[in-house]
Amino acid sequence: MTDATLPNARRSAWIGQSVTRLEDRPLVAGLGRFVADMDRPRQLHARIVRSPHATGRITDIDCAEADAMPGVTVWTAERLGEVPRIPFRATKISGLEPYVQPVLAVERVRYVGEPVAIVFAEDPYVAEDAAETIFVDVEDDNPPILDARAAPGTFLPGISTEPVVVEKGYGDVEAAFAAAAHVVELDLATGRHSGIPMEPRGALAEWDAGRGHLDLWGATKRPHWNRDRLAEMFGLSPTCIDLHEPHVGGGFGIRGELYPEDVLVCMGAMRLRRPVKWVEDRREHMMAANHSREQQHLIRAAVDADGHILAIDETLHHDQGAYVRTHGARVADMSIGLLLGPYRVPAYAARAHFRLTAKTPAATYRAPGRFEGSFVRERLMDAIAQRLAMDPLELRRRNFIGTSEMPYQRGLTALESEVVLDSGDYDGLLTKAQDFCGWNDMQAEAAARRAAGEAVGIGLGFFVEKSGLGPSELVRVTIATDGEIEIVTGAASLGQGMETAIAQIAADTLGADYTACRVIHGQTDRITHGWGAHASRVTVMTGEATRRAATELHDRARDMAAELLDALPTDVILDGGRATNTATGDHVTLGQIAAALDPVSPRRGDRQPGLSAEAWFHNTHMNYPYGAHIAMVAVDTETGRTTVERYAISYDVGRAVNPAMIEGQILGGLAQGLGGALLEEFRYDQDGQPLSVTFADYLMPSSAEMPEVAIQILEDAPSPLNPLGLKGSGEAGVTAAGAAIAAAIDDALQRPGLVTRLPVTPQYLHARLAQFDAGGDA
Amino acid sequence: MTDKTAITLTVNGSDHHIACAPRKTLADALREDCGLTGTHLGCEHGVCGACTITVNDAPVRSCLMFAVQAEGGDIRTVEGLAKGDDLSPLQQFFIDEHALQCGYCTPGFLMLIEGTLRQTPDISEDELDEILSSNLCRCTGYRNILRAARRALDHARTTTPEPAA
Repeated sequence: MTDATLPNARRSAWIGQSVTRLEDRPLVAGLGRFVADMDRPRQLHARIVRSPHATGRITDIDCAEADAMPGVTVWTAERLGEVPRIPFRATKISGLEPYVQPVLAVERVRYVGEPVAIVFAEDPYVAEDAAETIFVDVEDDNPPILDARAAPGTFLPGISTEPVVVEKGYGDVEAAFAAAAHVVELDLATGRHSGIPMEPRGALAEWDAGRGHLDLWGATKRPHWNRDRLAEMFGLSPTCIDLHEPHVGGGFGIRGELYPEDVLVCMGAMRLRRPVKWVEDRREHMMAANHSREQQHLIRAAVDADGHILAIDETLHHDQGAYVRTHGARVADMSIGLLLGPYRVPAYAARAHFRLTAKTPAATYRAPGRFEGSFVRERLMDAIAQRLAMDPLELRRRNFIGTSEMPYQRGLTALESEVVLDSGDYDGLLTKAQDFCGWNDMQAEAAARRAAGEAVGIGLGFFVEKSGLGPSELVRVTIATDGEIEIVTGAASLGQGMETAIAQIAADTLGADYTACRVIHGQTDRITHGWGAHASRVTVMTGEATRRAATELHDRARDMAAELLDALPTDVILDGGRATNTATGDHVTLGQIAAALDPVSPRRGDRQPGLSAEAWFHNTHMNYPYGAHIAMVAVDTETGRTTVERYAISYDVGRAVNPAMIEGQILGGLAQGLGGALLEEFRYDQDGQPLSVTFADYLMPSSAEMPEVAIQILEDAPSPLNPLGLKGSGEAGVTAAGAAIAAAIDDALQRPGLVTRLPVTPQYLHARLAQFDAGGDA
Repeated sequence: MTDKTAITLTVNGSDHHIACAPRKTLADALREDCGLTGTHLGCEHGVCGACTITVNDAPVRSCLMFAVQAEGGDIRTVEGLAKGDDLSPLQQFFIDEHALQCGYCTPGFLMLIEGTLRQTPDISEDELDEILSSNLCRCTGYRNILRAARRALDHARTTTPEPAA
């Protein structure tokens, strides 16, 4: 066939295009398959009985009524027998083993919502009925610890509720403070939040006794790691367990960890020899899935007369909740490891008190440690500017690490890797952000409205994110004889659009249509290794592995095509799903090339059979995207309500694969950031009873709270750590939201340093205003 | 309470003869007895709106209604929006505007908009925005959902609605 008019522009230049998502069609048609949508023949339904007490010794679990119900099975820890505990994934900090949560409470309960028993029944309604008859008798022996700054108590005899104090730092902090012209100190706090995906968690397990094989549906985030740990816990070979990721209704870091319920559902299937399905309700989700964010920071800066930071000293109290889960002490560790953001800090000393309390255990939630840390660091920058009567943006510019200093060795670690800022033009981005949002006009408008009696203000938060966490990712790309392209990765999809981004990279590299790509993820039976979806890593890690595999396929396809087209390989280009001889215009499709490479094809010659390639990408360092949040708020001084009127985010992502999807990530992240800044908080009463376990009490933003948001995506600092220059974008919308909102509220009320705690609820603002105006500290 | 009653639910124009306990919610009956799992449960107490469907063109929370209450009503779910392989304009607007990410809340938003525009095709943009604040989404930050809904509103204003199949 001859193509008379070859296009001038490459038709398959998909990287950088805001194409629509491959994921969407089944989801708008009601054809998604989430775990609750799946059933197995003869399945039982599980329901967890949860502790109604925050702390105390279990004296009795009365199961008599449930035991008497037809078809109902009840397990307590005693009936279950010895079960290995779920181990840690983040392992650098040792000594945490005593604090690991048992799958069902043993001897003591430690938070409201802790699994105490599991009920299996033929029908989910009956399982719930049976669970409600089970009475857990608890003797309250010690009052619950509910404040991470309170003196540590006893977890077990001889074992404190402070498992570890993580220390980091470098340089001579003491000397810097002694020489400082100014010392600025702040006492700040962030509330307790969680990701709250719209889909509750669920699990469906089936044990094939004949094959000795266990299948678990409902996995996500880290399917391969979870498979390997389940294998260890059950004494099975990893080859005897497969985890399957169905559609997943949001994760945000909290979903897809290995939870007690996952283990219990698998054990139910294995011991009862029937499939077991479990889907939590919203109330249990709020009490059982990982919490995050609750920290208290005492931070001090030593500053010279010109506003240069000389040293920072930081003491963090991290409220871990009742047990240590899969992340170990990672969030506390990275909170102080990544605290310094974009600024040059010659000396630094930080200590993170990682402490247990009688609350739901905590771990990562989108931008863990950075939402909190950016709030703290940017509050500090504003306070320094105020002390020195300096423009807060100028103060930041004076302390930014310069482009000539990149890559910049922090001398700190986070997520088990050295923090090396790979690339960035912080000063340049700040200038672009000011221009983009119309900074001067916004300031003038706010000033005019304040003069007219309104409480309107503007705040800025600058941040450095991290992304592209390794260590490795493996991808297999296969072109079928019909030209369709299958990409298999051990990464995961929680709704972020990774199928589309990976398809764009594959199709761009291969010269194909991105809609011809099918991306398979989260299936342990389809690929040997995988590191999942977290830490804004998928586009970087799976993206680069995909590019490598696709590059190999491209070259092999071109070699075969050259023979089919009687051309020199250098005269053949792959574009639009076919290979074209640029000298003649003759072409063959990718499907025809794959057919020519069939193992029995006479055209194949000595070439490797089939059109399939695997590639690894290994990466020992994260990369560091960065940006600025700018908020304009109006405060109703009567009600204490803060309205976000306008919002702008400038973000350097290195290389934007799909700008519309990146905007979507940023916008969605911002909704969670604004929730954390203004609305969301898990509160507890003095007995440790949770007060925020429904959507009526834990307030998440609706569309009425979301302002119009202007988003500027920049590509000024591609990462030198991968050839496409990719950095991640999953967390940028959250990171500096608390910082920007706090600064904007200070400005609106013309009270620098007013906001010392998130979320800024009306109740908090009223109380804090009274305290501030009386001259009190936070 | 657990004895089953025979009822007929008319969903997307088709009759489903099912037997369910009086306490079974409409959402559970649609999902488990009619096999229509496009209707999702997010909170089961009427706040999040993920389970929104229409009954006689009115958007309702199917988690707050018993299946037996819906007998005789014209029940519409997300599965009824497309005609065969052809997506409805509203569904296509959601794709074009990147109005979904994980897609879990999407059926509820689609049916909320569908029912609202069927009931009040002359609704103002501000009123439509107000109604959209009754459902929760945790992924998108809402702005793209609002844009897709505005396009559906424009479409509804310029076309005569077809009777549901």
